[in-house]
Amino acid sequence: MSTTTPTAPVVRPPAPKTSFLARFGWPLGFFAAGVLVFVFNQWILPETSTEFQNGFGSWLPMTAVNEALIWAIFALGLNIVVGYSGLLDLGYVAFWGIGGYVAGWLMAPFANQVHPSWANLSFSVWGNPLPGQERGIHINFWLVLIIAALVCAVAGVIIGAPTLRLKSDYLALVTLGFGEILPEVFRNGERVGPNGEWNITNGTKGIIGMDQIPTGPFQYIPGVPETIGTFDLNLKFIVFGLMLALAMFVSLRIREGRLGRAWLAIREDELAASMMGVPLMRIKLSAYAVGAAFGGIGGVLYATHIGGVLADRFNFSVSIILLAMVVLGGMGNVWGVTVGALLLAWINSTGLGQLGNVWNDVTGAEVNFASHNFLVFGAILVLFMLFRREGLIPEARTRQVLQEPERGEIESLGADMEGTAEDTAAEGGKK
Amino acid sequence: MSTPTDAAPAQPGVRKSGEDLLTIEDIHVYYGNIAAVKGVSISVKPGEIVTLIGSNGAGKSTTLRTVSGLLRPRTGKITFQGESLVGVPGHKVVSKGICQSPEGRRIFPKMSVEENLELGAFLRNDKAGIAADKERVLDLFPRLKERIAQKAGTMSGGEQQMLAVGRALMGSPKLLLLDEPSMGLAPVLVDLIFDTIRTIRDQGTTVLVVEQNALAALRIGDYAYVLESGHLKQEGIAREMLKDDSIVKAYLGG
Repeated sequence: MSTTTPTAPVVRPPAPKTSFLARFGWPLGFFAAGVLVFVFNQWILPETSTEFQNGFGSWLPMTAVNEALIWAIFALGLNIVVGYSGLLDLGYVAFWGIGGYVAGWLMAPFANQVHPSWANLSFSVWGNPLPGQERGIHINFWLVLIIAALVCAVAGVIIGAPTLRLKSDYLALVTLGFGEILPEVFRNGERVGPNGEWNITNGTKGIIGMDQIPTGPFQYIPGVPETIGTFDLNLKFIVFGLMLALAMFVSLRIREGRLGRAWLAIREDELAASMMGVPLMRIKLSAYAVGAAFGGIGGVLYATHIGGVLADRFNFSVSIILLAMVVLGGMGNVWGVTVGALLLAWINSTGLGQLGNVWNDVTGAEVNFASHNFLVFGAILVLFMLFRREGLIPEARTRQVLQEPERGEIESLGADMEGTAEDTAAEGGKK
Repeated sequence: MSTPTDAAPAQPGVRKSGEDLLTIEDIHVYYGNIAAVKGVSISVKPGEIVTLIGSNGAGKSTTLRTVSGLLRPRTGKITFQGESLVGVPGHKVVSKGICQSPEGRRIFPKMSVEENLELGAFLRNDKAGIAADKERVLDLFPRLKERIAQKAGTMSGGEQQMLAVGRALMGSPKLLLLDEPSMGLAPVLVDLIFDTIRTIRDQGTTVLVVEQNALAALRIGDYAYVLESGHLKQEGIAREMLKDDSIVKAYLGG
């Protein structure tokens, strides 16, 4: 046995050439779909017959499309925590709520009601309040996006610091509890403080009268208004679509960097990662913070989408739907999670009800399908776990390992023997 | 090139002199209330391969885990380059220059060989140095070069072990810790791995290897410690232990 390494010609395999389509197919596809949806709704749909408009509107209403975009942003945020870092979070709805209430405080007249002494408060930083709603705090929508992202990141760290030391199952339970407690605080945050004189959430009445979205320099383009109102659905589509694109871009970039590598390493083997010098707590907290920041942005968008913040919207089922989006789409794959989120959001808001109507019309049944959405989601999840465990569009790495299972001990030994047999044969002549 | 058995040490019977790189003094390590290591002292000098042998449950791996910061000794001292390592968390130990190939290899199965190696250099920022070390590792283990883009989990056990050692080397360690590198490998592969460990030493990295395969470990080691149920039973020049009757009887199946 020689100490020289086997002399078989060692040629590094050429780097697999990624075709243009493989590299840019997904982003171009999403972009084309976005342009198509906008152009169709903005210019073509108004020219069609009323009948067609109604029919189309019941199957693919613009509100549902916009809402689906927001769901996709949340799903991408959760994907960082669950998909990239492998930390199960069952209370992600909390960040949606925090983002929403940041918007409620900073972009609505509500701040007047927070404390009796604030009744005449009027404060604006490039704000765009609705006409007649100028009191309260009005901060520019784009600034609020940043503020909400930061607030949620801090909240993520505060929640994460004590809980991330826990192992997976316990972490899931604690996040579940957190996701239950915070909405309860939102629902009951009407009279808090020593004399109950602080109203931090307006309770179940919620916050209404959200500011409009300023278009900034784009207002000089003909046809673009100074601010985007609640019912400018097509322009909102552009804003939400851009934010989704940003979320996808950040998800993809961060994953290729040092931080992303560390997340993936923790997901695969925490102990081994720490042996490589990965500081587990810091890296896990950063996953929580980045994921939460996405949630904050989504929360603000959702508040402008529905024109208010309603405590009842933040419940456990939201966290579960988001988790289903991540799992069904393909954990860790940005494209898959986005497609999964858009699809499930549509099924949840429109598709199920519409398909149910068709079914009822054909069979004469009177089933309210929309109210059975969890039955359907559950069934979809079970079917996916049975037949397509890796999700709709899985991560390349997951697919490879799931499809060629790890070698067993004996097989592995066999492969080693084969390998060394070749090596020794090559060396045989020299001995 | 020589086979492990006929490579004689430069000065038989004499250990390298000089300052210790790593000193373990009388450590006691417990799992809960059960003592796994009861007063073990070990020293590793720069440029040596020190082997820690003993049977199952002797406390070898526990000792190694204590050095790498996964366990904390109840009493005793661990000093690396004059600095105490007691209570230093695992990821900080790495930054001091101690990298390890853990028991059971623990490579990242869904990552490619290349990504695994890059993670080994997680704490480093010198791109040129990392690239040079990657070349070095791939020269040491040409098999990894052939599989550079393959997912690590789909490789054979021997290749995974090579990757685990290579990944640890990517941290550019002053001291390389190897926990049972021969575990589950065919004998030919054990030879290959251990030959490479010696090459690593010759390239200037100090190695502390824990091994149940005493024969393989003593053949390549410079200095050896024998552990038995948490105590240090014997220490000495590795090659001389190969001739020691009591060792041969107990560990080498003589």
